[in-house]
Amino acid sequence: MVLVLALGDLHIPHRAPDLPPKFKSMLVPGKIQHIICTGNLCIKEVHDYLRTVCPDLHITQGEYDEETRYPETKTLTIGQFKLGICHGHQVIPWGDLDSLAMLQRKLDVDILVTGHTHQFKAYKHEAGVVINPGSATGAHSSITYDVNPSFVLMDIDGLRVVVYVYELIDGEVKVDKIDFKKTTATAPSAH
Amino acid sequence: MCRGVQHPIHGLFLRSYLSQVSRDKLPDIGSEYEGDGDTVMDAVEFVLQNFTEMNKLWIRMQHQGPVRVEEKLEKERSELRDLVGKNLHVLSQIEGIDLEMYKDNVLPRILEQVVDCKDELAQYYLMECIIQVFPDEYHLQTLETLLGACPLLQPTVDIKTVLSQLMERLSNYAASSAEVLPEFLQVEAFSKLSNAIGKVIEAQVDMPIVGVITLYVSLLTFTLHVHPDRLDYVDQVLGACVKKLSGKAKLEDSKATKQVVALLSAPLEKFNEIVTALTLSNYPRVMDHLDSETNKVMAMVIIQSIMKNNTCVSTADQVEVLFELIKGLIKDLDGTHGDELDDEDFKEEQNSVARLIHMLYHDEPEEMLQIICLVRKHIMTGGPKRLPFTVPSLVFSSLKLVRRLQGQDGDVVGEETIETLSSVPSPELALRLYLQCAEAANDCDLEPVAYEFFTQAFVLYEEEVTDSKAQVTAIHLIIGTLQRMNVFGVENRDTLTHKATGYSAKLLKKPDQCRAVYACSHLFWVDDQDGIKDGERVLLCLKRSLRIANAAQQMANVTRGSSGPVILFVEILNKYLYFFEKGNPQITSAAIQDLVELIRTEMQSDTTTPDPASDPFFASTLRYIQFQKQKSGAMGEKYDPIKV
Repeated sequence: MVLVLALGDLHIPHRAPDLPPKFKSMLVPGKIQHIICTGNLCIKEVHDYLRTVCPDLHITQGEYDEETRYPETKTLTIGQFKLGICHGHQVIPWGDLDSLAMLQRKLDVDILVTGHTHQFKAYKHEAGVVINPGSATGAHSSITYDVNPSFVLMDIDGLRVVVYVYELIDGEVKVDKIDFKKTTATAPSAH
Repeated sequence: MCRGVQHPIHGLFLRSYLSQVSRDKLPDIGSEYEGDGDTVMDAVEFVLQNFTEMNKLWIRMQHQGPVRVEEKLEKERSELRDLVGKNLHVLSQIEGIDLEMYKDNVLPRILEQVVDCKDELAQYYLMECIIQVFPDEYHLQTLETLLGACPLLQPTVDIKTVLSQLMERLSNYAASSAEVLPEFLQVEAFSKLSNAIGKVIEAQVDMPIVGVITLYVSLLTFTLHVHPDRLDYVDQVLGACVKKLSGKAKLEDSKATKQVVALLSAPLEKFNEIVTALTLSNYPRVMDHLDSETNKVMAMVIIQSIMKNNTCVSTADQVEVLFELIKGLIKDLDGTHGDELDDEDFKEEQNSVARLIHMLYHDEPEEMLQIICLVRKHIMTGGPKRLPFTVPSLVFSSLKLVRRLQGQDGDVVGEETIETLSSVPSPELALRLYLQCAEAANDCDLEPVAYEFFTQAFVLYEEEVTDSKAQVTAIHLIIGTLQRMNVFGVENRDTLTHKATGYSAKLLKKPDQCRAVYACSHLFWVDDQDGIKDGERVLLCLKRSLRIANAAQQMANVTRGSSGPVILFVEILNKYLYFFEKGNPQITSAAIQDLVELIRTEMQSDTTTPDPASDPFFASTLRYIQFQKQKSGAMGEKYDPIKV
């Protein structure tokens, strides 16, 4: 059982003062093995905070991340799954599922984690699963009205991944979960 | 009998022994020694006498030698002081002494000795002793008497420490249980203490400022514990401090400064609602006496208090007071120079201000608009170094309000925003903010305002964004935003899309050009019911990007003879599929087939080395086509002619 935290679009301090206190109290150091961040933190303090939650931190560049040169896309393997990360402002039209599918094919990953729209999404298409953890702070978005703070926790176990989404709605944390299964194990790369 | 021993040290030890052995033989209530002729009063009398004599002996030690050994004598005396103090301890243990007796008899007698002995060391020690040894409720009921002795003590006695200790004990007593609080009111503790302190400060003219402020800190802590609802008391204490500080230059003594910070922090910690502290009229006046460094430290304390308690500052008046208090962070105060500051510290400060802006909120749009205008007025005084930090917060706060206002006053807010943004010295940031504003204007149906924002964004792109990577990101943001605009009429839209595609084709590197141009294809196809669906111009874009990819391919072949950017062709193929599925009549299955063959050829050609990225991408694209072919219904039929 490997726990992967996926979050992004915090936009601190431009659009939000901080993570919601209820989220902060849930993100206890030592419980999570990896963090995947889609970008738009936007300052060093947020990076440092995330590192205290888990030192294995993977971040991609958001359009408001100043002074940092995180990569535009990143891929990594966790267990049987290949994951890809991209903030998403590079994929036009923004939030378009088919265009994101193209990115997924290009990165050749089972799970694509992307952001920018501040709206949680988890759906399966032909090439794999796309997950958008939304905005962890509920930051204002020109694309989505009424953003609720949200983040995702993935539990990767063999060929199965359970995606837990945590959303702060009217002051209460609500959890939902979705199951995904891979059909074949990843063969060692022989290209 | 002990009277016979007049030698100080011998006498002290003898009497101490006397005290010890007599202790359990005192005729206290309930003791076996109580009886006819021997009452509690006798016990008290006995101990008091012993105490008085011991005190005299103790003081006499000081005068035993010539002046030059004074210090040594003092040290010796210090070591023996507990012997004297023990008597008071014994008194406190006598059960028969009730409040009445303490008030009328015991305390006055002790104080009499303390005052009369006129010895600085003794007075200080014994006052401390009294405070520590007797119960707090007794102190409360004898406050006037106790405080009355203070001005009568030797002027060199550190009375402020004694008073601070007393106030601390009483504060803790108040904190221990809510039931004791009415007692404090009944004895008018606050005004008595306040007056006593005032008298002491007046009397000890040479008291250093750190001492004065420490006294007020103790009084304030006391007030906050005992009378948390009496803001006027709190303000009074602050006011007394202001009086003492005024007329002097800004504080330079770091200890005193620390105490002032403690003074100002105490109300913040007590009142969870920071806005309560904002109503204290003397609060800003105290802050004005801090040097600029400490002023900023205090401002940060205030902001952190707001953040920690998740407080919402909700009226324009409160915001005004707040920004007045933190003005050291907002702008360069007179006499300070911005560049003296450490870079990291400066960023932390400004980011704190940026975060603070999001804690200012009111439900009523009218009030919120006032708040935003106020904030804008203040941060605009910050100068070019601060604006890149603070303006984004302001802009997003405004955009949230614009959404609530649903377009009313939109153009006013719009104009002001342009003015604000034009002063931000960071062109990439300003460009992003202009695009955000354009989307907001779009949602409010304000075509001219939206167009103006785009114009400004393009100006920045043309003139200020020079780094090639920055250009790539910027042009994608412009394309992405433009793609979502539905407010533009045909003419405006054409002008803007023409500019976007033009700049896309002029990016520095060919692969970047290729990608930006095919991104532009989406400008001509919007999936909404009223959205533009210009199949021809979509195809033109895709063909143009193909030409660029070809050119890039040829360049790569010539220069390196190794694999060119085949991946670009695969990306374009995916775009063809996208529009094919959307039903663009200009995209034919034949065109797709050709593209597939082209890629196959390129990949299998001798000069091409296998590209770890494009091979799996192509493979998964073909897999996708296969997947779609196998679908039933219209999709399957569509894909049928394509052979993979």
